[in-house]
Amino acid sequence: MSANYTFDVVVIGAGGAGIRAAIEAHLQGARTALVCKSLFGKAHTVMAEGGIAAALRNVWKEDGWDVHFRDTMRGGKLLSNWRMAQLHAQEAPDRVLELEEWGAMFDRTADGLILQRDFGGHRYARLAHVGDRTGLEMIRTLQQKAVALGIEVLMECTIQRLLVDDGRVAGCVGYWRQTGETVTLRAKAVVLATGGLGKAWRITSNSWEYTGDGMAMALEAGADLIDMEFVQFHPTGMVWPPSVRGILVTEGVRGDGGTLRNSTGERFMFRYIPEFFRAETADTEAEADAWYEDKKNRRTPDLLPRDEVARAIHAEVRAGRGSPHGGVFLDIASRRPAEYIKRRLPSMYHQFKELADIDITKDAMEVGPTCHYAMGGIRVDADTAATTLEGLYAAGEVAAGLHGANRLGGNSLSDLLVFGRRAGLYAAEYAKGRPKQAAVDRAAVEAASRRLAEPLERKTGEDPYAIHADLQEVMHTLVGIIRTQADLDEALIRIAALRERQTRVAAWGNRRYNPGWNLSLDLEAMLTVSEAVARSAAMRTESRGGHTRDDFPKPDPEWAKVNVVTRKRDGRLELAKEPLSEMPPELRDLVGEQAKPHAESTDMEATVPAGKPV
Amino acid sequence: MTARSGSNGGARDVTVRVWRGEDRASGGFVQYDVPADPGMVVLDVMFRVQALRAPDLAVRWNCKAGKCGSCSAEINGRPKLMCMTRVSSLPEGEPITIAPMATFPVIKDLVTDVSYNYEKAKTIPAFRPAPLEPDGTRRMYQEEVDRVQEFRKCIECFMCQNVCHVIRDHEENKEAFSGPRFFVRLAELEMHPLDTHDRIELTRAKHGLGFCNITKCCTEVCPESIHITDNAIIPLKERVVTEFYDPLAWAKRRLFGQRPRQLGEKEPAAPSDR
Ligand SMILES: Cc1cc2nc3c(=O)[nH]c(=O)nc-3n(C[C@H](O)[C@H](O)[C@H](O)COP(=O)(O)OP(=O)(O)OC[C@H]3O[C@@H](n4cnc5c(N)ncnc54)[C@H](O)[C@@H]3O)c2cc1C
Ligand code: SF4
Ligand code: SF4
Ligand code: FES
Repeated sequence: MSANYTFDVVVIGAGGAGIRAAIEAHLQGARTALVCKSLFGKAHTVMAEGGIAAALRNVWKEDGWDVHFRDTMRGGKLLSNWRMAQLHAQEAPDRVLELEEWGAMFDRTADGLILQRDFGGHRYARLAHVGDRTGLEMIRTLQQKAVALGIEVLMECTIQRLLVDDGRVAGCVGYWRQTGETVTLRAKAVVLATGGLGKAWRITSNSWEYTGDGMAMALEAGADLIDMEFVQFHPTGMVWPPSVRGILVTEGVRGDGGTLRNSTGERFMFRYIPEFFRAETADTEAEADAWYEDKKNRRTPDLLPRDEVARAIHAEVRAGRGSPHGGVFLDIASRRPAEYIKRRLPSMYHQFKELADIDITKDAMEVGPTCHYAMGGIRVDADTAATTLEGLYAAGEVAAGLHGANRLGGNSLSDLLVFGRRAGLYAAEYAKGRPKQAAVDRAAVEAASRRLAEPLERKTGEDPYAIHADLQEVMHTLVGIIRTQADLDEALIRIAALRERQTRVAAWGNRRYNPGWNLSLDLEAMLTVSEAVARSAAMRTESRGGHTRDDFPKPDPEWAKVNVVTRKRDGRLELAKEPLSEMPPELRDLVGEQAKPHAESTDMEATVPAGKPV
Repeated sequence: MTARSGSNGGARDVTVRVWRGEDRASGGFVQYDVPADPGMVVLDVMFRVQALRAPDLAVRWNCKAGKCGSCSAEINGRPKLMCMTRVSSLPEGEPITIAPMATFPVIKDLVTDVSYNYEKAKTIPAFRPAPLEPDGTRRMYQEEVDRVQEFRKCIECFMCQNVCHVIRDHEENKEAFSGPRFFVRLAELEMHPLDTHDRIELTRAKHGLGFCNITKCCTEVCPESIHITDNAIIPLKERVVTEFYDPLAWAKRRLFGQRPRQLGEKEPAAPSDR
């Protein structure tokens, strides 16, 4: 019951990164397939709200790739791969403009150009957007382009294993969700674009798809992961009612004027401005509010990078100053006119009205941190997106490096386009240089399909839903925003116990569209990446970006020089510290340059109010 | 808010009747009782059923926030997104019935084969932009893009396709009729200020606009509140009439910089933009 297909390039994952990679590989003349677990057009990218970061300079002329580069490096707490950050900042504007060539319709400035909005950690209003549904615009545009080009799309097809021949990738094996049949894809090059791992946490903005498949497959096949300890908790997820807990509230709410308050009504972020960002952050409410209109002022602390804001909220709640349901208040109602809120944030308005009976134009929202994004992932070469396994490429959230210890909002969508394109380009080039398909390892295909069958063959065993719920609890309570050695040790013991249960997991029914069976197979990847996160977190004995250790509360300059690398050898995870590559002095100057709190405004200032509060 | 969630909360059970089966002929409704939580949506109830009663219950979902259009089903007979339908919004004390969309073949339980829509998408000629402005930019103004952005809000839930009587009760019409979702797409391209491609004749001849008799059922179910009939279908119908009977007036009406289709010029048979 096994189908076989042969391609030059197989792209696994059809979010922004995967589709962009497939488009590029196809344009290079490679016979390309695009594979995804869900229907086409439904990947995580569709959920992105706030925008795409690119120094288009439509709103602020002072912006440029150098400023975007600096913001990214500083947001990443200097752990970002400098070359990726440079390429990303330099190429993002072209990638955004290219979307417009393919039919995207961003919101406009008064003079007809792409409007840009403010977001955390970005010095200038930089995010191209469409209200608060930017991801939908992006994925639809890419999807329609891929359809127009006639790229082959294999939907609802879950890949489980990479095939390797003689140290090079040879294809992959998986199953069709609609029938449960096994499928083998042979390929000269494979691009992984499977996204993140947030479904291992209980409170998360991520969907069922985020089970860390790509990272686990890459590890299994012999490639390196880096930075797994850095998981981003977005500061503002919904907290009430329980069934919506974790659903994202876009940073655009704060970008457009919303402010965080505790139960006493205090705008508490002013108390949490770290030294690192003090020079560029407003320290009075008056200056913070004036900043929205006039960038001569310093930026509001509501828009500090996400790790800072998430920790501050966590601390307020712990100190007993939280909202009734264990979050804090996010207030835009008292600060902007109802019409403006509905126009700028229509889906937030809708989401709160439908799911929480809250009218955000009248009342404050209750928000709290939610697991959101994996900064860590597959180690790639900055220029080519090549992994450490020959013929295997990776882009998007599954890859690591660009965001370092913390990702800035809006930098993911641009990451997808810049490195998705590069992955497709270099995968196609590699495939061209490889005249023959590699041999398919029959034994590996056999082993993969036997593994698929096992959970359904067991008559009794562990319940996959229960194992998943228990893992989410472990990761949430022990590997969350604030970590300690004792908690991490405990987490590793519990993960090992869950792994043992997972070997006895039993699924019910047949192979046809069976979520219980699918989950029983996804658990292995989830447990692997969870272990990688917990072990990397235990190794990094400092606090930096998305990784906070209660027992090592300060950043340690020595740790600023190394990545934690995870690889799998002889069936076991091995971790190592490896040095970052040296940043050239001219780039170091850009990053080290003191924040310019009093940026000059320009002739472009006149266009600012178009998208600004009145 | 607190009062409302209280009334829906606690240890009370919620009862659902879920359609289960692998084909329409042999499937049927199965009843489940599961514990309720405050603020629960129907999709949460399905998760509970999976975790506690029927681990192999097939449900499609992704975002759980009304953004991806995966979780369409017929809830108490009405097409809705399961993730945006609160249990408390449905009549209390009665079981909730949940069935797969009727217009598409069943794969299993609540999951249908929506490939019809993906096939139709391939038949629409892609966006073809006018040349850049002399200064190398693209300029469009918010007033112009507003009406197109309405159409681009579509999350492809295919509920409008599901309710449209032209195909709901008539499998045989599927060949010649693309359905409201694709009228929205065609209108979007037609009204895109930069597009230069004329798809009006195609809309009539290939996508079956004439089948639509403006019942507005599609507009009523659209979770994105797109005015499918008033803003997409009716303007398209007007353009078909204008172009069909008065091609010159049509050509003049097109915006500057755009290439009016020449009389008798053929549409390309397949989508292509290269
Ligand atoms: C609610 C929300 C809002 C966000 N807002 C923003 C924002 O405003 N700006 C921003 O920059 N970023 C934002 N992000 C982050 C950003 O959206 C994601 O990081 C990004 O979309 C990931 O894109 P991707 O292409 O890497 O993967 P995805 O879009 O997640 O796509 C992954 C693909 O891989 C497929 N896949 C996974 N596993 C397998 C497998 N085993 N076999 C086959 N296929 C598989 C999936 O089906 C899917 O097609 C947001 C994230 C969320 C959750
Ligand atoms: S208005 Fe037209 S397209 Fe919409 S449901 Fe009625 S017949 Fe179908
Ligand atoms: S037009 Fe509305 S109902 Fe139809 S597919 Fe799009 S979002 Fe769904
Ligand atoms: S799950 Fe995405 S719309 Fe319901």
